[in-house]
Amino acid sequence: MSFLTYFINGLSLGSIYAIIALGYTMVYGIAKMLNFAHGDFIMVGCYVVFTVVSTMGLNPLVGIAASIVICTLLGIITEKVAYKPLRNAGSPLAVLITAIGVSYFLENAALLIFGADTKAFTSVIKWEGVILANGALKIQGVTIITIAISLVILAVLQTFIYKTKAGQAMLAVSEDKGAASLMGIDVNKTISLTFAIGSSLAAIAGVLMCSAYPSLTPYTGAMPGIKAFVAAVLGGIGSIPGAMIGGLILGIIEILGKTYVSSQLSDAIVFGILVIVLIVKPTGILGKNIQEKV
Amino acid sequence: MTMKKIQDKYITYGMVVIAYVLCEILMRTGVMTSHIKGLLVPVCYYAIVAVGLNLCVGILGELSLGHAGFMCVGAYTSALFSFSMKEVLPTVPRFIIALFIGVAFSALFGFLIGIPVLRLKGDYLAIVTLAFGEIIKNVFNSVYLGLDDKGLHFSLKDMASMGMDPSGKILVNGAQGITGTPSDANFTIAAFLLLASLFIVQNLIDSRDGRAIMAIRDNRIAAESNGINITKYKMSAFTISAAIAGIAGVLFSHNISTLTATSQYFGYNASILILVYVVLGGIGNIRGSVIAAMVLYLLPELLRGLSDYRMLIYSIVLIVMMLFNWAPKAREFREKHFAFLKKRKEARQ
Amino acid sequence: MATILDAQKLSISFGGLRAVDDFSIKIEKGELYGLIGPNGAGKTTVFNLLTGVYKPNEGRIILDEKDITRLDPVHKNKAGIARTFQNIRLYSKLSVIDNVKVGLHNQFHYSMIDGIFHTPAYKKVEKEITDRARELLSVFKMEQHADVLASNLPYGEQRKLEIARAMATEPKLLLLDEPAAGMNPNETKELMDTISFIREKFGMTILLIEHDMKLVSGICEKLTVLNFGRMLAEGETKEVLSNPEVIKAYLGDD
Repeated sequence: MSFLTYFINGLSLGSIYAIIALGYTMVYGIAKMLNFAHGDFIMVGCYVVFTVVSTMGLNPLVGIAASIVICTLLGIITEKVAYKPLRNAGSPLAVLITAIGVSYFLENAALLIFGADTKAFTSVIKWEGVILANGALKIQGVTIITIAISLVILAVLQTFIYKTKAGQAMLAVSEDKGAASLMGIDVNKTISLTFAIGSSLAAIAGVLMCSAYPSLTPYTGAMPGIKAFVAAVLGGIGSIPGAMIGGLILGIIEILGKTYVSSQLSDAIVFGILVIVLIVKPTGILGKNIQEKV
Repeated sequence: MTMKKIQDKYITYGMVVIAYVLCEILMRTGVMTSHIKGLLVPVCYYAIVAVGLNLCVGILGELSLGHAGFMCVGAYTSALFSFSMKEVLPTVPRFIIALFIGVAFSALFGFLIGIPVLRLKGDYLAIVTLAFGEIIKNVFNSVYLGLDDKGLHFSLKDMASMGMDPSGKILVNGAQGITGTPSDANFTIAAFLLLASLFIVQNLIDSRDGRAIMAIRDNRIAAESNGINITKYKMSAFTISAAIAGIAGVLFSHNISTLTATSQYFGYNASILILVYVVLGGIGNIRGSVIAAMVLYLLPELLRGLSDYRMLIYSIVLIVMMLFNWAPKAREFREKHFAFLKKRKEARQ
Repeated sequence: MATILDAQKLSISFGGLRAVDDFSIKIEKGELYGLIGPNGAGKTTVFNLLTGVYKPNEGRIILDEKDITRLDPVHKNKAGIARTFQNIRLYSKLSVIDNVKVGLHNQFHYSMIDGIFHTPAYKKVEKEITDRARELLSVFKMEQHADVLASNLPYGEQRKLEIARAMATEPKLLLLDEPAAGMNPNETKELMDTISFIREKFGMTILLIEHDMKLVSGICEKLTVLNFGRMLAEGETKEVLSNPEVIKAYLGDD
């Protein structure tokens, strides 16, 4: 039974990674950039909820709404100010370094505003959860809700991308920006929309993560951000279902590795899995293989 | 080889030598604060690892986010040697052997990691190097190594599972790392090793093998059709790049007394920091890497007066510099209003 | 005369599509041979088979009496095949002379240690490399551009540099993939002169892809016509060009 508990915890952590990875993979697929600051959006989202709920004493729902709105705006503004001018810079490294700059900026701004000390985050989910098999298996409310929300997000995103006009425009931009703009698609708007969606997903992931692991510092988002990126690559970057699968695999391996092997080596195991998968399948689990034409 | 290339190389050496002499004068005359003195060796090893990374990113054209990991290998293996030989060997031979050990092991890791990694492309390659860097850091963080009468004891779990005699000597103590390493490095050695690294990389670039490496960067398919062994040159460049990161690692661990594999120095954040030096100094511009490492490493320290705001300002400076250097619109603006800068650049080429 | 290239019954499929089907070609030493056909006929695929970018499903490639069918591009080049590309592939961030020096890579040797320490061996061989590269550039009348970045060359010069670089590998057979593509009539004329010149000077054997028939008929003595991956005709240029099948393939069925 304890294995099942750990497995479900892994599934829950994996769902959080998956939600972050979805944002990562969309931004990568469309803007063709590694947004290293993505993880820090999570942290910003958490601090917003913390301020609204713990400091101002308002309803958690207000906090969640505020964090989604602020992260979305932050995503759009960051793209406009820091990334868009470098879209045709000639080297993908330029925008990568700028993203790192944005990441430093957000972390240090949070450090100035909130201080370096760890804030105890009050979970926004009050449900105790369920107890199964005569008390042998207890699943926390936050675990169930996290998994459920990630599934809903996956379904909504898939529908949005394949069934709506804006989603189709995203697909077109991800294939070929030039051709898309010739077809009358507003590329700038589409990229803005992608950043908006990605950042709002980061806010949601942040709230769920801090509810499950309630300690908040300016660096809270960095490592989950990197791991979510690993998840996106593992699943095949640019692929929505791939990000989901990658996230779940990563979460489960991390928790099981921590429990059964070594808590110190669990990150090494997670990264080891990525290495093995990419060596066997260089484009990730669901990634497409594109060969250069001679 | 043209005269320009020769000149270019010696300008870089000259710059380092002048900086070294200047610092020595400031130190001897007592003008330099002890705080700044403490930064001199770190500036050198960050410049060294940036030069090494530029070989990988700028010359070979493959983005590595794991060079702090290679630095970690060099730091640990050399420190382990120096620590074990603390009472056996005098300082000079001890440091020389430690340097060779650190470089050899980081080269070996570079070679072994290069085999799978260099089959990948672009961002996939980047994230796998990041993964390897994190794995190295994590593993070194959980290594326990001890020596007693019965021989060496090793564990990845904890001290107790080594099964060591209590009278034995602990060499590596997990996350606490190696305590009491001899601080054999100094500014002169560091400056010399920076010159040596520059010598290796700049000479390599200006050789048959360097041209082959850059040909692969510019057009792999054409390089194949010109009979260039892609795997051989990718592996060589990556291995040398890792070895140079190892030199930096040796300096790192011989400049302190306690070596731990913390994220700050050996995690992906450190790798990214080095990449920032390389990109801001100019991708493929070796001298630029040295200058950028010097300026950017010292910048937060010089901003110390602004205390809490310094890292915030650092990040803004970074973003603005990137936008100013790389954005097509900023380039147009510069060409219009700073035409004289462009002329100088052309003359250099 | 000796046969330089003897490719027999080459076939390759991608998915279900047979891109090249039962292709054979025999080129004698010193010949200038044309491979023509409409767009999408599989001409470049034939080049990719000959240079090892693709491995044929069936067939054999004999170069100067050696079977090179299964060699990769690097070893095909070492065996004596050099090529240019339809979409120019220069080392854009290297200077013109360095592009040629890369082509000379396997002609001159010193160890990486020599290279790193700039030993006397390095200095001696490096001088030989530079002299040889300058010589080649002067053959192509490009010595004045030696220190220019390859990407800053005018288009026609870039095509010429690609040929010079291929020649530097000292091939037995030179494959030119649409060398005149995108050139204006003047540049084309100059290029054709260059091709004739290197053929004379080095006794080079050349296989040339072109879909402009006029251009080909001017300089090639033999032609093979490819259509939908199959050989439509082969032989002396005049005969091939008057072949009704060939005319139909080019002008349509009307």
